[in-house]
Amino acid sequence: MTQAEIKLCSLLLQEHFGEIVEKIGVHLIRTGSQPLRVIAHDTGTSLDQVKKALCVLIQHNLVSYQVHKRGVVEYEAQCSRVLRMLRYPRYIYTTKTLYSDTGELIVEELLLNGKLTMSAVVKKVADRLTETMEDGKTMDYAEVSNTFVRLADTHFVQRCPSVPTTENSDPGPPPPAPTLVINEKDMYLVPKLSLIGKGKRRRSSDEDAAGEPKAKRPKHTTDNKEPIPDDGIYWQANLDRFHQHFRDQAIVSAVANRMDQTSSEIVRTMLRMSEITTSSSAPFTQPLSSNEIFRSLPVGYNISKQVLDQYLTLLADDPLEFVGKSGDSGGGMYVINLHKALASLATATLESVVQERFGSRCARIFRLVLQKKHLEQKQVEDFAMIPAKEAKDMLYKMLSENFMSLQSIANLIERRQFETKENKRLLEKSQRVEAIIASMQATGAEEAQLQEIEEMITAPERQQLETLKRNVNKLDASEIQVDETIFLLESYIECTMKRQ
Amino acid sequence: MASRGGGRGRGRGQLTFNMEAVGIGKGDTLPPPTLQPSPLFPPLEFRPVPLPSGEEGEYVLALKQELRGAMRQLPYFIRPAVPKRDVERYSDKYQMSGPIDNAIDWNPDWRRLPRELKIRVRKLQKERITILLPKRPPKTTEEKEETIQKLETLEKKEEEVTSEEDEEKEEEEEKEEEEEEEYDEEEHEEETDYIMSYFDNGEDFGGDSDDNMDEAIY
Repeated sequence: MTQAEIKLCSLLLQEHFGEIVEKIGVHLIRTGSQPLRVIAHDTGTSLDQVKKALCVLIQHNLVSYQVHKRGVVEYEAQCSRVLRMLRYPRYIYTTKTLYSDTGELIVEELLLNGKLTMSAVVKKVADRLTETMEDGKTMDYAEVSNTFVRLADTHFVQRCPSVPTTENSDPGPPPPAPTLVINEKDMYLVPKLSLIGKGKRRRSSDEDAAGEPKAKRPKHTTDNKEPIPDDGIYWQANLDRFHQHFRDQAIVSAVANRMDQTSSEIVRTMLRMSEITTSSSAPFTQPLSSNEIFRSLPVGYNISKQVLDQYLTLLADDPLEFVGKSGDSGGGMYVINLHKALASLATATLESVVQERFGSRCARIFRLVLQKKHLEQKQVEDFAMIPAKEAKDMLYKMLSENFMSLQSIANLIERRQFETKENKRLLEKSQRVEAIIASMQATGAEEAQLQEIEEMITAPERQQLETLKRNVNKLDASEIQVDETIFLLESYIECTMKRQ
Repeated sequence: MASRGGGRGRGRGQLTFNMEAVGIGKGDTLPPPTLQPSPLFPPLEFRPVPLPSGEEGEYVLALKQELRGAMRQLPYFIRPAVPKRDVERYSDKYQMSGPIDNAIDWNPDWRRLPRELKIRVRKLQKERITILLPKRPPKTTEEKEETIQKLETLEKKEEEVTSEEDEEKEEEEEKEEEEEEEYDEEEHEEETDYIMSYFDNGEDFGGDSDDNMDEAIY
C-alpha cells in the first residue's frame, strides 16, 4: 500500500465511522492479517473497542476474517474496498438513472448498512419513499420488491456468502468463526417472499398503516417477534457491476464524440448484449454476429441491415480499434476490444492532464511520443496484443498519475475538514439560529420576531458562511471529479495486470 | 573498478556511475543548484478546468454531502467515550451516555461473525429469569457492587428508552434480546464515588434473583 492510499483510507474511515474504527482499520491495512488481541495490544485500544470496530468493518465488507490453526481467527482489511467509499454517490446516482428513486434508495440503503436482508431493505425503502409522498399515499412493498428483483437480475445487487446449513447431528464444539460460502448460481437468486405491506410514515397515526394492530407492542414499530422469511440471506451492492457500467458508459461516449450518435448506439447495443456473458476483466466481449446485433438494436432505431453492416465495418477499421472483426459467419462476427478501449481512455486522460497542467505544446509532444512508440512497435505487434515494453511504459505512467490523484483527493479532504473546523463556531451559531427560527415558525411567531432572530447573524458573518459553503462545495465536487480519473486509470491498470 | 577504493580521499569529484548514461554530456551546463525547498503553492500557469455543473453535478454533490451527514447518525459511527468531567455530577447517573456496557448499538447477525467478537451483556433484571451460573468463581465485593450498579443503570436505561418516541432507532432497540449472561471481561470504572447498593429507588424490591449474592439489600 502506498502512503497516499493509506492516508486516504484513514480520512475516509474517520469521516464515515469515527476515530476508533479508523484506528483499527488503518492498523490492519498497514500490518496485514492479525488476530484480535494483537490488534488491541498494538493499537493500545481496549478489547471492547476493537471488537466494536471489527464488527462495523466486517459488516461493511471492509475487513474479512479467516480461521487459522488452533482456532485463531485473523482479520484482514481490504484497502481498495475502503477507497471505493469515495464512489458511493456515483453508484447511487447511476442506479437512479437506471431504476429511478426506488432503485436509488435500495442501493443507498445497502451501501449505508453494508449488507441487509431483502425484507429489511424493502421495508426501509418503502418507509423512506412514503415519507416523501403526499399525505395519505404510501409506497407498496410489492413495487419495491419488483425493483429489487430487477436489480438482482441485472446483477447490480448480489447475495453475500452465507453460513452453510449444518446437519443437526454435527458433533463437537462450534467453530470459533463460521466459514461463509456462496454458490455461483445462487448469487443473484431472489428468495421467494411474499412481502405484503406498505411504507409507514414516522409521525402519522396509522390510517395508511397496512392494518397492523397497533395494540401489539406499543413501544416498537416493527414486528420483531415475527419470523423473518429470508433470515440469513443478506444482500450487498455489486460494485464490479457498477464499474462495468461506468466503463461501458465511457466507451460509448468516446465513440459518440469521435464518430456519431448512431455508431455509439451500435456500440452500446453490443455492450448491453455482453453485459452478463462477459467477465469484467475480459479483454474482449464474446463475438456477436451482425444479425444478432441487428435484432437487438433499440426499438426506435430504424436503420437497415446494410447500413448497420456499413457502420460495423467503419468501426472495425477505425484506428482506435474499439471494435474488431473476428469472423465472417452470421453476416460478420464482431467484438468490442475492451482492453484497447480502456487503454485509449486512460491515455486520453493522461494527455488531458498534461495539457491542462503544462499547456497544449507539451500535450502535442506527449501525444507524438506515444504515437511514435506505437508505430515503431507496429510491425512486431499482433492484432490484439500490446507489446510488453509499451504496456510497461504506459502502466508506469498510469500508476504515477494514479498515485498523484489519490494524493490530491487526500489533500482535498483535509482542506475541507480544515475549513469546516476553522468556521466551527460560526457554523454552530448559524445552526442554532436556524433551529430557533424553525421552532418559532412552528409556534406561529410574527414576521418581526423572526426578523430579529435572523439578525443575530451579522452581515459579514453571512458573507463568511457563504464563502465557506462555496469552498466546501468546490472541494467536494473536486473529490468526485478526481475519483472519475482514478476510476479510468485503475480500470486500465487492473485489466493490464491481469494479462501479464 | 579502479576508482572504487579511491573515491574517498582523492578525486572527490568522481561518481560511481557513468554520467553520460544518464544523459548529461561532458561540458553541459547543469541547472543551478536548488537552495530552498520548492514553494508550497506555486503559481498556476494555466487556469484549471471548470468543475462539472448542471443537474447531474449538483445532484451528486448534494448526495455526497447528505451521505456524509447520514453516516454520522448511523449506529456504525462509533464515538470515543465521553471523557469524564472534572467534577462528578449527580445528573451523570441519570444521563444516557451511550450503549449499555460498551455493547453495540445495532444488532449484527452473530451467526456470521467470529464468536470472540461478541460483547457479553448482563440480562435485564426485569426479565426475571434466574441466572444460571454453574461454575462461577466466588465474586469479590467489588464485583458484586458493580453487578448491582450495572443492573441499576440497565433499568434506568430501559425506562428512558421506552419513554422515548418511536422516532428514535427503530429496530436497534433490542437490548432485551441479549443472550449471554457471562460477566464482561473488562473491568468497569465506578460511575460515582457512592456505593450504588446504598441507593434504593424502590424498583428492585423483591426483584433480585441472583443466587450468589449474600450481601444484604438495603
